[in-house]
Amino acid sequence: MNEIYYAIIAVSVIGVICAVLLAVASKVMAVKEDERFPAIRACLPGANCGACGYAGCDGYAKALVEDENVKTNLCIPGADAVSRQLSELLGVGFEDVVEQVAVIKCKGDCTVTSEKMDYYGMKSCAAARLLYGGMGKCTYGCIGLGDCAKVCPNNAICLENGIAHVDTRRCSGCGMCTKTCPNHLISLMSDVEKMLVTCSNTEKGASVRGKCSHGCIGCKKCARECPVGAITVENNLASIDYDKCTDCGHCAEICVTGCIMHEDFSGIHRVKAAE
Amino acid sequence: MTELAHFDFKGLVIILMSAVFVNNYVLSKFLGICPFLGVSKKLDQATGMSIAVIVVMLFATAVTWPIQYYLLNPNGMGYMQTIVFILVIAALVQLVEIALKKYVPSLHATLGVYLPLITTNCAVLGVTILNIDEQYDFVASMVNSLGSGLGFMLAMVLFAGVRSRIENCEAPEAFKGLPITLVAASIVSVSFFGFAGVIENLFS
Repeated sequence: MNEIYYAIIAVSVIGVICAVLLAVASKVMAVKEDERFPAIRACLPGANCGACGYAGCDGYAKALVEDENVKTNLCIPGADAVSRQLSELLGVGFEDVVEQVAVIKCKGDCTVTSEKMDYYGMKSCAAARLLYGGMGKCTYGCIGLGDCAKVCPNNAICLENGIAHVDTRRCSGCGMCTKTCPNHLISLMSDVEKMLVTCSNTEKGASVRGKCSHGCIGCKKCARECPVGAITVENNLASIDYDKCTDCGHCAEICVTGCIMHEDFSGIHRVKAAE
Repeated sequence: MTELAHFDFKGLVIILMSAVFVNNYVLSKFLGICPFLGVSKKLDQATGMSIAVIVVMLFATAVTWPIQYYLLNPNGMGYMQTIVFILVIAALVQLVEIALKKYVPSLHATLGVYLPLITTNCAVLGVTILNIDEQYDFVASMVNSLGSGLGFMLAMVLFAGVRSRIENCEAPEAFKGLPITLVAASIVSVSFFGFAGVIENLFS
């Protein structure tokens, strides 16, 4: 019988030694964590989208704890609610979050442009782009295989008529799609704006015309007629200066190819607040 | 005390190479399948996990080998091996994690998530117990642990590549997800049987 006792005692002693070692080690080598860190981290949405400019939600929470000058309104998906919570936790003034939405600068769906080849490869824009810039005639435009839709955490992007569309009412502005699009067609824009140039082709007008009846041909009509001079044309592509734009919608009415959109781009936070 | 097998340099190289290729823990002994299937989706995660496994295997062997030969065997308690080893390895991994967090935060950030996962991983326990079963001396045990860890890494990295290819294929509906992954794992495993006998004959 003694053998069993010895074994029990030996294992117990080893266990106790390990326990004591671990207890001592955890005290001696304890890393001080700011007690506000878990609370702040819990406030953040946890999408790790990187829209705040830090490495994930952990990175932003750490920066907030360590540096007082880091602003509390950087979390775009979290919007005002998160900003308010963070401000309360850290005891700083609340700052409004500029809500943003993702917009796609291409409207070249299958009704206005066509394909130059039949593509049977991987169902990924990044892969298709490697083959002569994608299967569409326009190599600047949306390839339409939905890389952006795959990364969208809110299912705000759908594929329709061969190109991607953002349903801004579902978009939280995390910007993950902007990093995914191999043609860099998606950008973030303040969701109070109403005007958008939906083309990214910088080729000359005649060349664009041959590929897509919806593309910007760089005719500068919008730039001439804009009552506040908010539109400039560079590299054969119109761009809107949103600081000057008054959302009058005149450019959308007179655009010869109809590539300027006049729409409500309210994001998910504004839609929720309105409800 | 049992008679220990001693090895010259050539013997150690053979142990190392056979641990990597012939007696690969994942693909030939089927130990450590859980992390093999769980963490092999992305290459960076697979490498992180493998490095953590190598580190833990080496530490675990360095600790359990003396325990077996200087504590358990002299007292006639060799049969307590499994329980004592699990206990010691679990405590050791925790200790390593605490130490890493304090002194090498950057390494902790990369390996930290994987360390608790392999606390009582069967591949780690398997290495330590097999070192005793094979009656390797201390140096040979450490070399075998290193080889086993490298073999684990090789299997993980290879399979991460295989899986990224599978993800882009259209598998039949019934095979999607885990089934096709298991089928692929078995094929990779079969391919490793091609190494059987190669290493011994290479150095003989």
